Amino acid sequence: MTYSRILGTGSYLPDTVMTNAMLAERIETSDEWIVSRTGIRARHIAAEDQKTSDLAYIAAQRALESAGLQASDIDLIILATTTPDMVFPSTASILQEKLGIPGVPAFDVQAVCAGFVYALATANGYIKSGMAKNVLVVGAEVMSRLLDWDDRRTCVLFGDGAGAVVVGPSEEPGILHAKLAADGRYRDILKTEAQIAGGEVDGTPFLYMDGPAVFKFAVKALSDIAEKTLAEAGVQQDSVDWLVPHQANVRIIEATAKHLQLSMDKVIVTLPEQGNTSAASIPLAFDHAVRNGQIQRGQTVLMEGIGGGFAWGALLLRY
Amino acid sequence: MENIEARVKKIVAEQLGVNEAEVKIDSSFVDDLGADSLDTVELVMALEEEFECEIPDEEAEKITTVQQAVDYVTAHLNK
Repeated sequence: MTYSRILGTGSYLPDTVMTNAMLAERIETSDEWIVSRTGIRARHIAAEDQKTSDLAYIAAQRALESAGLQASDIDLIILATTTPDMVFPSTASILQEKLGIPGVPAFDVQAVCAGFVYALATANGYIKSGMAKNVLVVGAEVMSRLLDWDDRRTCVLFGDGAGAVVVGPSEEPGILHAKLAADGRYRDILKTEAQIAGGEVDGTPFLYMDGPAVFKFAVKALSDIAEKTLAEAGVQQDSVDWLVPHQANVRIIEATAKHLQLSMDKVIVTLPEQGNTSAASIPLAFDHAVRNGQIQRGQTVLMEGIGGGFAWGALLLRY
Repeated sequence: MENIEARVKKIVAEQLGVNEAEVKIDSSFVDDLGADSLDTVELVMALEEEFECEIPDEEAEKITTVQQAVDYVTAHLNK
């Protein structure tokens, strides 16, 4: 039986950093208000000429280097984003061109902040079924472009960035189990509803969120799916070395960890310096923790993400 | 059944990180106990867990004091 495992990781954050103090100069807010409610202190903002595929390309190159592979070794690209370069073609196709690997299948996954878990679970399926060997999985976003910078409830929350992993075949697992879920009945509490129609933008092109409703749904859904993922994999909670949660709000992360009876020193938190980078947050956090030596080979890692849709998922792996 | 008021007060103190003695029956979560909007959501979730019930959002919005929480739980448990 073939399993899949993560061969390498990489990430990229744009140079420009926007701190809470800088936001407080533009809108009525304060560092204390933002930190106490979200845990966020700063976020990176992409340069005007940087698109999602540009961020993805740098993260992908770093992941390939860390895996010890060339772009030509990749035979599938899956890119998770909710801020694609354009309506079409897919950002994955644009990334494929930048990597110089024509012919390799490439597609985007749209599950917003759960996008990376969806994409990695999909890569796992491709490898286990023999349909692909080495898969490049990327989460990349320029969330800053969906923000109404006058809406202090939402503009303080998000940032830009990209994270990537290369997944390849292995005789030993690797990815132990993945579980995905969605519930369209909750689509209105977190959305950017605009569409392009008749040559115009139809609907509001800014991110909308009902914060308290999202908070409540997220904590319940994440706790539930993480427990089910562990149970179905036959892995005990105390065997989890690291939780790598989607980085949306430190209070969601703390509440979920508490439900799972995981102490916060087992949780990777990059949120304070990055904000919510949607589909990029999990691979950014994972790469950060691998490179600083927190996550070691052989350790058991639980990833979990949730976002608009609602869509959510958890993935358990042995690194 | 253990006193509902005592159980509610204990949860409020735990969730809001205040001393149980500070939690009076007429305390307002926001005005008296310093809760923010996410604290009140977490508080409702903790009440749901403790009393094994679902509090719909439109009902949860009306629970702003210890008394209102006790009343809601009492009414619900008597159903």
